[in-house]
Amino acid sequence: MPSVIPPVPGADDAFFWDGVRAGRLLLQACADCGAVRHPPAPMCARCRSLRHEARESTGRGTVYSWIVSRHPTEPDAQPRIVALVQLDEGVRLVSNLVDVEPADVHNDMPVEVVFVDHDGTVLPQFRPTTPFWEGSDTHGVHEASQKAGGA
Amino acid sequence: MARFDDVVIAGIGHTEYSKCSGRSTLQLAAEAASAAIDDAGLAPRDVDGMVTFTLDDNDELELMRCLGIPELRYWSRTPHGGPGSNTMVQHAAAAVTAGVADVVLLYRAFNERSGRRFGQPNARASVPGLDWYLPFGLDTPGKTYALQFQRYMHEFGVTNEDFGRYSVVARKHAATNPNAWFHRRPITLADHQASRWIVEPVLRLLDMCQESDGGAALVVTRADRGRDLPNPAVRVRAAADGHLVDGSVMHSYYHADLAELPEARFVARQLYDAAGITPRDVDVAMIYENMSPIVFLQLEAFGFCGRGEARDFIADGNIELDGSLPVNPNGGLLGEGYIHGVNNVIEGVRQVRGSAANQIPDVGHVLVAAGRSGLILERA
Repeated sequence: MPSVIPPVPGADDAFFWDGVRAGRLLLQACADCGAVRHPPAPMCARCRSLRHEARESTGRGTVYSWIVSRHPTEPDAQPRIVALVQLDEGVRLVSNLVDVEPADVHNDMPVEVVFVDHDGTVLPQFRPTTPFWEGSDTHGVHEASQKAGGA
Repeated sequence: MARFDDVVIAGIGHTEYSKCSGRSTLQLAAEAASAAIDDAGLAPRDVDGMVTFTLDDNDELELMRCLGIPELRYWSRTPHGGPGSNTMVQHAAAAVTAGVADVVLLYRAFNERSGRRFGQPNARASVPGLDWYLPFGLDTPGKTYALQFQRYMHEFGVTNEDFGRYSVVARKHAATNPNAWFHRRPITLADHQASRWIVEPVLRLLDMCQESDGGAALVVTRADRGRDLPNPAVRVRAAADGHLVDGSVMHSYYHADLAELPEARFVARQLYDAAGITPRDVDVAMIYENMSPIVFLQLEAFGFCGRGEARDFIADGNIELDGSLPVNPNGGLLGEGYIHGVNNVIEGVRQVRGSAANQIPDVGHVLVAAGRSGLILERA
């Protein structure tokens, strides 16, 4: 798998990537009117406030749309599934699906965030939500990390 | 107001559309511009305005040096790629209407196959605006757009084979257009389905526009100036842009509903209002297609069929040369070439003039659509 292109955090989005490295999915919210926005921006489009704060996402959402991403010029050991995730907070986020094969992906399937270290670049990724009757399961995080590291 | 009563496209010009031009982009721009000025029956000294894309590599002053344009009093550029093909005309129309220029030269030239290829993966390093996409693997236009198109497929049960029916028509039109790279090379739906996946489960190779080398240019002026010209002038009846919050180049991830192109709907409303026509009055539609699915979204947004109905509209033959709405008779960007949509504007002009390779009879109005921009062209 070609290595992940690392982000280049700037003044408006450094908090997001700091959060990701700490295992937290942080969304930007207006500190005055409370509107949540993604991608982050320096001003709130609803009230034009410049004050904002990081709000931790539940990390739960659904797959709004998805594709299989293969590198166009370098053969992929492991193609990635790119998904547009509709978060429960009402914003969408481009990410990847892990612990699922393309044949098993469907629109609107529930997913939850996991954090995966790709050779030093930590990205928020999403895996199918574990049904409540199967109980809590941290195995998926471990497996996803191994998969990324071992490619 | 998107309506222009006194603006015409007086000249068109282009190089061959190839995969390896063997010359500089400045030469391509100069050749296309020179041809357009000649076609308008004007001289370089008549040109006093220039418009191109922000993405174009050719400097206005360098092009003036090539053509021998002594004085320029207006220039502008239009951002974000493909929609600029029509936006250039809007800028020029506004400029000549305001009197800040009389004769405006519009150009776009690149070696987009032999030089920097848009279809190749994005730079190795991200930049702040791409942090939300590049690290997750969205490194090509195909992937970027497919992520929206997949939702359209899901909402309306559209398949890749449905998209292929557009590609077959585009290549059929190109097959009888000598200017087209794919002249005499039609494809079947089976060819389309056998072509390799570019982005599963949305796009195959034959859904993608070409990568082309070439230059294309237009000359825009006032209608009264156009009366003495050698070729029939074509009136720009309406020209409109449509940009919405949370949009992107010709797609969006953040609008409420991604199974449509609300920007195109916005453009359509402006164009039809300004021109005083309805979709039924459009005789030929030039529809920008970086990839086949965007034709479906635009057919629906411009009101030629209902939402989710483009699949049947195309399958029923409506967009063929003898159909109810011929689309891209030149073969479009899939079949003719990819000069960032400017070649589609040129074909729109030819259809109104009556000089196209695949001429549609009795053309009254041509819609030129490019997602977030559009034109209505008619006889002057």
